[in-house]
Amino acid sequence: MNPLRLLRRSFDHGVHPAHLKEQTADLPIQRVPFVNRYLMPLGQHIGAPSRAIVTVGERVRRGQKIADATAFVSTTLHSPVTGWVRKIEGFRSMDGSFAPAIEIEADPYATQQEERGDPLPWQSLSIEEFIAAVQEAGIVGMGGAAFPCHVKFSIPDGLKIRYLLVNGAECEPYLTNDHRLMLERPDDLLQGAEIVRRKIGAEETVIGVEVNKPDAIEILRRHVKPDQSVRIVPLQVKYPQGAEKMLIKSIFDREIPAGLLPRDVEVNVNNVGTIIAIFDYFERAIPLIERIVTVAGPGAAYPANLIVPLGTPVREVLRFCGGLKEETREVIMGGPMMGRPIASLDVPILKGSSGILAFTEAETAGRKEYPCIKCGRCVEACPYFLNPSRLARLSKARMFDEMREYSLMDCVECGCCTFSCPSNIPIVQLIRTGKDDLRNRKETEQ
Amino acid sequence: MTGLGLILSSILVVANRKLYVYEDPRIESVNDMLPQSNCGACGVPGCRAFAEELIAGKFTPGQCTVVTDVVSEEIAELLGVDVGGDEKRVARLACAGGSNVARQRVHYLGLSSCQAATLVAGGGKGCTWGCLGLGDCEEACDFDALFMNEHGIPVVDPDKCVACDDCVDICPKDLFSLEPVTRKLWIPCKNLQFGDAAERECEVACNSCNRCVADAAPGLIEMKHNLAAINYELNHLADRQAIERCPTGAIIWIEENGVAQKGVDAKKIIRKTSLPVG
Repeated sequence: MNPLRLLRRSFDHGVHPAHLKEQTADLPIQRVPFVNRYLMPLGQHIGAPSRAIVTVGERVRRGQKIADATAFVSTTLHSPVTGWVRKIEGFRSMDGSFAPAIEIEADPYATQQEERGDPLPWQSLSIEEFIAAVQEAGIVGMGGAAFPCHVKFSIPDGLKIRYLLVNGAECEPYLTNDHRLMLERPDDLLQGAEIVRRKIGAEETVIGVEVNKPDAIEILRRHVKPDQSVRIVPLQVKYPQGAEKMLIKSIFDREIPAGLLPRDVEVNVNNVGTIIAIFDYFERAIPLIERIVTVAGPGAAYPANLIVPLGTPVREVLRFCGGLKEETREVIMGGPMMGRPIASLDVPILKGSSGILAFTEAETAGRKEYPCIKCGRCVEACPYFLNPSRLARLSKARMFDEMREYSLMDCVECGCCTFSCPSNIPIVQLIRTGKDDLRNRKETEQ
Repeated sequence: MTGLGLILSSILVVANRKLYVYEDPRIESVNDMLPQSNCGACGVPGCRAFAEELIAGKFTPGQCTVVTDVVSEEIAELLGVDVGGDEKRVARLACAGGSNVARQRVHYLGLSSCQAATLVAGGGKGCTWGCLGLGDCEEACDFDALFMNEHGIPVVDPDKCVACDDCVDICPKDLFSLEPVTRKLWIPCKNLQFGDAAERECEVACNSCNRCVADAAPGLIEMKHNLAAINYELNHLADRQAIERCPTGAIIWIEENGVAQKGVDAKKIIRKTSLPVG
């Protein structure tokens, strides 16, 4: 390929963290054995929490629906195991608050066979039925945000989707779950993309993959069938290539203004994991009950790519991987750039948990913070063209109107600014508190 | 140049006469007597706005919680109105879980602010509802009425507190509230867990044993979501008896001078060092 053309497959700004994917990139996906206790929080997606439709003591089968959507931006939950509902009450969730969750005890004698109905005849579904089916399957964006997927498919009148963009960039360091899915299930991925493309009426499927996964690009290219209109696009390795606005800029060279969505430039973006989940539901009738999780990092004894039933406690997943090394100091759920540290290993794997990363003292030791030297590196790194250092200062000073003026809410907390800051200022954390302030103020104003 | 100066100055003279806005001279004199702390405790933005509202009769001088009684009386005399005003209120913290009694789940090493810590897995504290002790309130207090004690719990100086609401606003766990000093019964706990679960996180948590409910006047205290809640409409019925049998000291009696007392049955906390993390 012409190197100049490759250079263009990128966006402005961004950073280049070491990708550190060697640990798990070559490890095939393994299945985690069933454990005896599962915890399904009702609010594990963005939007209104689901409502439990089972009662305590009830027997549930694997794949049975246990919670219903309560609004349009909300989704369903399915039991990850065959067993009994033991409790429906507040459990300490990842963000530290008590939130309602369904605790399920697995039946040790059950075969844990999925409850498979007949696959839905997706060819004959109307778009409304398709959207309802996606919501019924509980499918959310599997990249980490856990935004209910069907909402993205409901396109308002007057807009048309031309491209289905499948996000295989996986720009976060360490994570290799999308990479492995592309390698191990290319046919399923392409077929899943075909289902979505036909249903939303897009002309072409575009799969964007960073060039540090040449094997995935190769394999996908080889598996494209003649009747599928698919284009595989290699992308420059850069963080945050996998953010949907960056991806669209890289591939279609179109910028999405603040406040607009990919659909406004005729694109629908979905993660590789999401497409696979859609395939599983429409071809195999398995709702979203498990996901691929990468366990990696310097503190992980045996890094791995795993199929984990949702609701499995992080502790059990780590136990399967040989536990944590003695010197582990911090465990992060998600990628190292955008993931959140967890305060307890008892929190369960959620629909949006793409990785469990363990870090040692060397990576997590508090670095001394120095005053801002106005070098402008964060401004150069911010892919959203914000001024992070200024936003951080405004947030510290609680200057709300000015924060709005400088578009604080457009920040997606990708972490490029903190990564590039030579003074070790926790810019993202300051911006996060600022966003919290603005949200609280909005609530009180209403 | 002189001519130009004269012309322009005469325009200014004319403008001053023509565009003069009459303002009650009392606003200025009242404003001078106000503390100029612009704290907003009275409910209007700034002392001058308060002075204007005073003249308009919408407020009484006593509603400024910052000035001393002598000054309020002077203002009242000047305006020929009643001193008025509400009873004195002070900020109170609904948490007593210092580092010597409350369990810490993890070390939090990020940005040293309660709000930031709350956004990262809820902070390091074992109790979800408890004070994180990073001192956002101490920083927010304009009157030096708040300081963090050796166990990381903010202590309010009732003499300096002017009930300006700043700490109430800033606390990410909503632990502060402004309480009239006549409310002597107080529950410094917000833990909604039941029994041992609550006590595991914090030795001075309310473990919902219901003894205070039984000992107090009927209806004064009730158990809501595993936490005792005082119905202050029946405050006149409150007496010390309610606190005596509390096993953890999660209900206390606060004298007018701010001295807090636990009941006789409350477990004695003699540990001065912090509990280990984990």
